Amino acid sequence: MTVRELTKKANLSVFSGEKGLDAEITGGYTCDLLSDVMGHAESGNVWITLQTHKNVMAIASLKELSAVILVKDQQPDEDTLHQSETENIPVLGTSLQEFEISGILYNLIKS
Amino acid sequence: MHFEYQVTGGDFTNAGSTSSSVKKTLKQLNVNPSIIKRTVVALYEAEVNIVAHAYKGNIYVDIEEDAIVISLVDEGPGIPDIDKAMEVGYSTASVSVREMGFGAGMGLPNMKNNSDKLTVTSEVGKGTTVEIYNRLQ
Repeated sequence: MTVRELTKKANLSVFSGEKGLDAEITGGYTCDLLSDVMGHAESGNVWITLQTHKNVMAIASLKELSAVILVKDQQPDEDTLHQSETENIPVLGTSLQEFEISGILYNLIKS
Repeated sequence: MHFEYQVTGGDFTNAGSTSSSVKKTLKQLNVNPSIIKRTVVALYEAEVNIVAHAYKGNIYVDIEEDAIVISLVDEGPGIPDIDKAMEVGYSTASVSVREMGFGAGMGLPNMKNNSDKLTVTSEVGKGTTVEIYNRLQ
């Protein structure tokens, strides 16, 4: 499944990084601790988090994640958006909380 | 090949830029992707530690025939008890740093797990030096 397909199936908004929407998703990782994501997320994962600052994009880029999903209607910081565009890694949004969107993503990837 | 970078304490806006630059260089040199991944995780954590804890620091990267050697030398408060700092979950990070999702006590363990050899030396009141050594084969 690509990031674009995920945005449609999970009803996600796209804040930025549209050039990265055709990246293939390998799985998901849900966490708000940056070092845990750094240590354990796999490349191609979608990262579900409530962190909105620019360091999220530094990690997404270094780990070659496919996209970041911000939960509970969180808005990305201005420099996060900018970095997302530069790296072509989409920042997506949902009104759902982490448990709910993780469950949806899990089922979509499993099926 | 030798590269040098400077890191400013507290500058979270640019945290990770050295790691990003080193990653690009290693990719250009066609280094094994799994070695790049490990090196980048270890380097990023060490770089963020300078930003989160020190006043300033220098990062020296040497890419040799058989290994990549990275030294991170900071001027900062130093680490009184390195064994304690290596424990998973132990952190002295400030509240504001923790609110960003850093400071969970995973940085040094991540560095250890992603280095073939990790050396940490420190002098309280002066600073800390971290050396990451990863074989290229």
